[in-house]
Amino acid sequence: MTIKDKAAIVGVGATPYYKRGQSYPESEFSMACSAILSALDDAGLTADDLDGFSIYSNSCDPAAIAAELGVPEVRWATTLTSGGGGCAGALGVAAAAVDAGMATTVVTLMTLQQLSKRLGGSAVGGMLAYALMSESSSPYGGGGIPPSAAFTANNGLLSPGHSFAQIASRHMHLYGTKREHFAEVCISQRENAIKRPTALRTEALTLDDYFNARMISDPLCLFDYTMESDGAVAVITVAADRAKDLRQPPVYIMGSAHGGSGRWGPALFRYFQTPDDEFTSSGHRPVARRVYEMAGITPSDVDVALLYDHFSPMVIMQLEDYGFCPIGEGGPFVADGNIRYKTGTIPVNTHGGNLSEAYIIGMTHVREAVEQLRGTAVNQVEGAEIALVTGGPASLPVSASILRK
Amino acid sequence: MSTFGTLTRGQFPSILTETHASPMTQPFWDAAKEDRLVAPKCASCGTFRLPPSPYCFVCRQRDVEWVELPGTGAIYSFTVVRHPLHPDLADACPYVSGVVELDGTQGAGARMLVNIIGCDPDTVKIGDRVAITWEHVNDEMSTPRFRPIPA
Repeated sequence: MTIKDKAAIVGVGATPYYKRGQSYPESEFSMACSAILSALDDAGLTADDLDGFSIYSNSCDPAAIAAELGVPEVRWATTLTSGGGGCAGALGVAAAAVDAGMATTVVTLMTLQQLSKRLGGSAVGGMLAYALMSESSSPYGGGGIPPSAAFTANNGLLSPGHSFAQIASRHMHLYGTKREHFAEVCISQRENAIKRPTALRTEALTLDDYFNARMISDPLCLFDYTMESDGAVAVITVAADRAKDLRQPPVYIMGSAHGGSGRWGPALFRYFQTPDDEFTSSGHRPVARRVYEMAGITPSDVDVALLYDHFSPMVIMQLEDYGFCPIGEGGPFVADGNIRYKTGTIPVNTHGGNLSEAYIIGMTHVREAVEQLRGTAVNQVEGAEIALVTGGPASLPVSASILRK
Repeated sequence: MSTFGTLTRGQFPSILTETHASPMTQPFWDAAKEDRLVAPKCASCGTFRLPPSPYCFVCRQRDVEWVELPGTGAIYSFTVVRHPLHPDLADACPYVSGVVELDGTQGAGARMLVNIIGCDPDTVKIGDRVAITWEHVNDEMSTPRFRPIPA
């Protein structure tokens, strides 16, 4: 018994997307409330119906939101551990909650404002705190600087970009992946963003632009990095039998999985002790196997893939790990035009992704999957029936959901 | 002088100046003060693990033997940090930091994440041989860095 087809996404809501800090005087809290109310309204529901929160990365405090919006009773409040890797997996937790009768109307959301904070630890003065963050924030660490921190604090690897560059470098070394391949991910997604009113980056991007951009952390240049943005996106999940009576065509959750190999663990952000066969990957392979198995489909059944793209090389590794091409062949696969909207064999990030539309820690991908399956996407994939949406790579759990119309 | 003291291009400054060692990690730092690299090896199955941690990830036993290693290895992966995360780090950039696999260990599980100094950021590559060099931060702490072994 699984949650296959037991639940559906029935509402989507979002604030505008903003460049970093420009959402002020809105706050993360006010934007969360706006997105939730908008998603409920999209479904033809109200906050009187809302009774569950299935979130990730502690995106909001359900207690505060329930009080603010006058939610009559909260029956479910969970968050997946770790960070953005959980976004697609939180949909599966929502589905499990409604299928088990633990709640009826569950919201999954992210809200993000980078006014005083900056994801990635580049805030002035925050470097040491970031270098030590993963353990000093542990409830078992007792506070202060943990003894293991002395093994990494002085090595200069401080931000997610520095970490993902290690994986990208080794992928290039093992498989001959080139910067031209990373560029194709960036350029194809920019092409998709250009047509979208929600996108923050809509100027044309050429191969010359890419190679003229400054290097940030080799082999990653400016365009290989996600942008920093503000905004909130929420979706509402209910049981399948109830979904068909609501305002929008249901988008069914065919499969969902989160987790990953134990040895992947927090390796990416801390010690890089992952075994060789996993190091040069997106960390998604175990999740990919499980999500396809639950949905009962194969990669060739997927019509559109919304792949978490905080760094462009990770799109290439997810194409490999989700079976769209053999391991190590992701570079040539994208170079052959396979991920292009309209002409590609598997259109990827038709919304422009984190690289060119906005970075709301994965929820823009969920929104795009839903719009594709409703047939209302700006860059609509003709006849799209099945969408794959992923979260991470990041510290475990990474996640994926397969959605259908 | 910057927030981070006098900087050397290619060398990330030691922003942590105390080891905050525990009994579990103290042998590493004691040896460091003598320019020696030691690592904990599972007394039960022989698996190395770094940083030192309570349990062996292979056999789940706790006891370790501290073993002296030659301090040489090969670059497993790396990045060249060209953009300073803090403006006062500009004079340290570009610097090379990456993952080194240590001779005498099993590789994964015992890798070190280090700043690799004295190398050309435009020619450094995976597989390059490197050797440990200790920066004496103060009387209490020596920080490991690696530098290329001339071919």
